[in-house]
Parts: sequence; C-alpha cells; structure tokens
Amino acid sequence: MRSLIAFWIAHRAELASLLGQHVLLVAGSTLAAVAIGVPLGVFSARRPRLASPLMAVAGIVQTIPSLAMFGFLLPVPLVGGVGARAALVVLILYGLLPIVRTTIAGLRGIEPSIREAGVAMGMTPRELLRQVELPLALPSIVAGVRVAAVVGVGSTTIAAAIGAGGLGEYIYRGLSMVDTTVILAGAVPAAGLALVVDATLLWLEKQMSARRRSRSKRVAVTLAAIVAAIVTVSSVAAARRGSGAIVIGSKNFTEQLVLGELLAQAIERDAGLSVDRRLNLGGTLICERALISGDIDAYVEYTGTALTAVFHQPVTSDSSAVFDSVRALYAKSGRTLLAPLGFNNTFAILVRGRDARSAGLRTIDDAARESSHWRAGFGYEFVERPDGYRGLASAYGLRFPDPPRVMDLTLSYRALAAGQVDLIAGDATAGLIKGLDLVQLDDNRRYFPPYDAAVVARSGTLLRYPLVRSALERLSGRVSASDMRAMNYAADVEHRDIPLIVREFLAHVP
Amino acid sequence: MPAAAIEFRGVFFTRPGRARVLDDFSLTVDAGDVLALVGRSGAGKSTLLKLVNRLLLPDAGAVLVLGRDTREWEPIALRRSIGYVLQDVGLFPHMSVADNVAIVPRLERWSADRIGPRVHELLDLVGLPAAEYGSRWPDELSGGQRQRVGVARALAVDPPVLLMDEPFGALDPLTRAELHAEFRRIQSRLRKTVIIVTHDMGEAFALADRVGVLEEGKLIANERAATVAASTDPRVRRLLDAVPAIPREPGATAHP
Repeated sequence: MRSLIAFWIAHRAELASLLGQHVLLVAGSTLAAVAIGVPLGVFSARRPRLASPLMAVAGIVQTIPSLAMFGFLLPVPLVGGVGARAALVVLILYGLLPIVRTTIAGLRGIEPSIREAGVAMGMTPRELLRQVELPLALPSIVAGVRVAAVVGVGSTTIAAAIGAGGLGEYIYRGLSMVDTTVILAGAVPAAGLALVVDATLLWLEKQMSARRRSRSKRVAVTLAAIVAAIVTVSSVAAARRGSGAIVIGSKNFTEQLVLGELLAQAIERDAGLSVDRRLNLGGTLICERALISGDIDAYVEYTGTALTAVFHQPVTSDSSAVFDSVRALYAKSGRTLLAPLGFNNTFAILVRGRDARSAGLRTIDDAARESSHWRAGFGYEFVERPDGYRGLASAYGLRFPDPPRVMDLTLSYRALAAGQVDLIAGDATAGLIKGLDLVQLDDNRRYFPPYDAAVVARSGTLLRYPLVRSALERLSGRVSASDMRAMNYAADVEHRDIPLIVREFLAHVP
Repeated sequence: MPAAAIEFRGVFFTRPGRARVLDDFSLTVDAGDVLALVGRSGAGKSTLLKLVNRLLLPDAGAVLVLGRDTREWEPIALRRSIGYVLQDVGLFPHMSVADNVAIVPRLERWSADRIGPRVHELLDLVGLPAAEYGSRWPDELSGGQRQRVGVARALAVDPPVLLMDEPFGALDPLTRAELHAEFRRIQSRLRKTVIIVTHDMGEAFALADRVGVLEEGKLIANERAATVAASTDPRVRRLLDAVPAIPREPGATAHP
C-alpha cells in the first residue's frame, strides 16, 4: 500500500496524463456512441423487422473479447492500426449495443395514449419525437449510457495494448515487469473511475425519472458544465505527452520498454527532438503494422524474429546472413535496419537452478531426457512461431506427457520458479533469470536462429532527420548481453524506474 | 340555416383482417351542435372519430370537415383545428399542467405573451385556477382534474370542432356529474361543434343535443335526445334499459 502511494507520487505527472487519456477515450467514445446509437435506436424502434437483426448483430459484436477486436481491426485501413483512433472505433462499437437497446426499450415503453394524444393534437413525427418521445425515453437512454460508459472504462484499459494510452499502460507494464504495485497503480484508479462514472450517471438517471423539466434543465446544464470541465482538464493532462516529432514504439515486455526508452532518450539527447513514447504495444505484429502505417517511426526488432514472424522466411543459424537478408527485406518496404545493438536475445530454454545442479543439466539435449516426466509452459508467441515450440520439439525429440501450458511470457518465469512448470522458453537477457535463480540450457544443436537486437526505422524519418539517424547509430554495438541483462534485472527485480536506468546507462555512451 | 361542420358521405371502412366497421355510413353534424354517438364497445365509435381527424382515411365515400374532404386537408393543419379529448387523457407526464395546455399554441408558434394569458384563461374556464394548478404535474392531480386539463388543452387554440372519446368514462359518478355540468356551462359559452362517443346512454342525454346510435357499422338512430329517449326500436331500447334507474327513497315524501 505504501509502495503504491509512493509510486503514484513519484509518477504523478505521468499518472495525470494517463488518467486524462483514459477519461478522454471513455468520454469521446461514449459521446460518439450516443450520437450514433440514439438515432439508430429511434430509427429501428419503429421498424421491428429491422430492430431484431440489428440487436442480434450488436449482441454478437459485444461477445467478441476486446483484445480480439483490437486484433481484427489492426489491418483495416482508416479505422484500424494502432493508437487512440483505432481504440475509439472499438470502444464506440462496444458502447452502441446498450445505448441502442435502451433507446428502443425507452421508446417502446411509452404509453400508447400519450403518443396518440400527441398525434391527434397535430404534432409532426419530428415534434412528437423531440417534445414527447425522447424526453420520456431519456431515463432509459441514460441507463444505457451508464452501462456503455462503465464498460468503456474497463475496455479502455485493454486499449493500451494497441498503444492508445490510458491507465491500462500501468497494468500492462506491471504485468510485463511482474510488479503488483505497477499493476495496482493502473487498476485502482481505473476501478475508481468506473465507480465515479457509474454513480454520476445513476444520479443523472434518477434526476431524469423525476420528470421535472425545470430541474432536468438545470441538471443538463450542470452535467454539460461537468463534462466540459472534465474534457478540458483531461485534454490538458493528456497533452503533456504526445505531439512529439518522433514516435518510438516497443513491444510489451521489460527489455523492449527499456530499449524503447533508450532510443527515445538517445534522440532527445543527441538530436534535440521531442519524442512520443508508444511503448508497450501488444506484440511483434502490432509493432510491425504501426511501423508500416507510420504510427511509430522506430522500434527495436530482433533479426530472427523479423525473418520468421514478419517476413515468413525459413530459419538459418548464420547471424550475419540473417541480418543481411532482413535488412534487404525491410529496405524493400521503406524501412531501414540499423547495425545491431550488440546483444543476441535468443530464446532461452530455462529450468530451475536447483534441478540443473541436482541432475547436472547443461544442454537442451540433457533436458530432452527428462522431458517425459516434465511439464512445459510457454508464451503465446513461442507456441505459434515457426521458430518456436514445434520445431524445437522435433529438433531435440522433446516428449512432454501433456501439451505445454500456454501462459503470459512474463508469468512463465514465476510459474517455473514456483514449480508449477519445469521448463520454459524465456529471453536470454531476462533479468529474472538471475533474480529467480534460473539456468539457461545450451542450444547445442543450434536450433534457434540468431536474435540480434537492431533498430528498425522508417527510412523517410531517417532521411528527414539525419540527426535521429546518427543518434540511433551511435547505439550500435554499445549494448552487450550483460548490459541488457543488468538493465532488465534493475527493472524487473529491483523495481527501479526505467527512465532512470536508461539515463544512467546512456551516461556511459558518448 | 346552420351549415354542416362535419359530414360523413356513404363511408365504408374496414380494418385489415377484420369485419367491416362502417358500412355505407352517412351522418351530418351541424355547426354548434353536440352529437353523442352511443354504441357497444367495438361498434366502431373510436374509428369514426379517427376518420374525422384523418388518423384514418375511408376506403370509400368521404368525410368532410368544415366543408372540405379530409383527403384534401393537410393532416397537421386539420388536427390542429380539432380539439381531441380521450378517455386516458394522455397528458404528457414530463410537462407541467400549464405546459400541457400550451402545447398546441406552441406548435402553432404563438408568442409567449399570447400563450401565458391564454393558458390562464383556459385553466380558469375549466375551474383549475392557473396560480394554484399551472405549475403542478399531472401525477399530482386527481382523475377529474386531469380530465379538466385535457379539455383545456383541447380548447387551447380555440378549434371550431371538438372530438371526445369516452371522455369521462374512467371517473367516479359524482365527479362525472360535476364535469357534465361543467361541460354544459362551457359549451353554452363556446358553441363548438362536438362529437362525443360513449357507451353510456345516460351520459349521452346529459351532454348532447342529438343522440346517434351506432350498430353494426350503421347509424340506426340520429334524433334529438328526447326523441331517442322515446324510441320503440328494440335495439335502441336495449341501450336505454341499461341506464340504471334511481330508486326513490321510500317514504321520502310522506314525512310531515
């Protein structure tokens, strides 16, 4: 608890801007969902034949997990990609169902005699709608808006996976660092925000059902003032970040956060440009799309990953051949791969130090002998990648009694240390290897391709900003495997602040 | 010579999928007359009113309001020149009493300084002083008071024609008698052309100059009230006999 408050105090400016982004995303998507959903509800309330299929489709959309939805939208032009715009699209889609449904319910709940009286008095359909039907359906509509907004607060935390910002950034960052304090630093304000939104809209709903026009006018004015104030404050808070000349991305694990920060600080220091940090993007594919679409200008990729996961080429084990072919492939699509940073983050097949010592395990071949009574746990990516589990199993003849347990990459270190699994595939540079007393087994059959870390950037950006190019090139060959492991250790095990870790490291780079 | 304010000329009307509601139906209501149409539930009374304000159009024949075929009327303009009072009143629950009465004047874009005095005048007319009742909400009124507001609302832009659909059916007998008296007082001042539909012959006699009896889509009587009361037609008599006779208190006149 004390460390949580200390974290907030230390990160108050960042917390304010993440909270601001979160509120803006929720407010923006909810308002847009109202602007689309209420007319849609009005339109379909009178056409039962349209209403039921519409509700069915909206219901199906609602059941798609939001992370999957963000994934679907990645390759879609205009609305897709990464960042706040794509997140807004998903959040609006989620908000539509409750609003359309309650609009229809509210309109259908009006007593027929009231509508009949309006028509008989000579109201046009438009006058009837604006003066009678909408005011009477308003409490029901507000109830739908409440559901949409509260669900939106939750979905917005997931939007951090595609770089939309918001409090989810702390949650993802905490998950990748296996740091409960950082998770709570995002989760607690998000929950608080949901409660506040819920209570405010519930109050509004009650004011509306009181059917007091004069009072509800005052309520509307008050509410409009509150919303305007919130949006203004949030915009100011959110604007602390963003609007930089260069956008740096990263994937969603500790090393990538460190490297992303490293690129950003190097550019800020040596090129004197402001940098936007779009760190913690949901994975290789998301970074790749973001780089193509121009949502980010550069991030650190690993040569083996680029070859197999991005370009779908067969695996080879010669590191300079891999680098050359990846650089050529990037060059064809307008990207530039700079010289490697200096370390090879290959997959590390890890076991507990205790087991390694007692059974004398040194190589993956040694582990294959034990595999018949072991359980394995792998990250999602390792299970799917062509250079991942299936190839490894056939190269070494691994035979686990059960299929490997698929889990979050960072959690798998903890699972191994806690004895829930006996073998995992981690990163060779992970700080947790040292922190949790794990041992990396030797890839004695040279199964894994090289994973040399290197900056990949949009060629256009490098041409426009030569200083950015020289700032990034200055990092080449400067980050050794032990440097990387030490920085990861400082972040993951010592829970030190990443910008600080990077600043200390950068002080030694001329 | 009084002109016909409302006229049905050989009107046929069939609700989709149901029996014929009006079958070669003709009727004339003179300006300033009050006609009560009596019939059983389902005899087509409400349909008849809806044909007048063009909520429905006849299958054949014509309905004329103020000398014009309803087909030629612009429906919104037609409805705004016809006051409409219905049994459920249909007051708008989100508007105050005064705002409910002011609806049609507002739709007609009257100026605020014309609406205020008019609402005042109407609420006074129906016995609900504006100072006391104007700012109340419909759910704060009794059933009788709501119905008075309904009448005031129908009269707001001084329409020449008033349609009343079972207007006092849901009220207790005492309140109903009060409102009958009130209606006669108002009508004696305003001389509107009124059609009231009701299933209650007693109410018809209490309110109307003429009484029409509707059965199976046809008008089987359309006479001055006294003439209908004396009718020997068995179908009319059945409706007349349904009116409860008030038994005289025994010995009431025998007291010294």
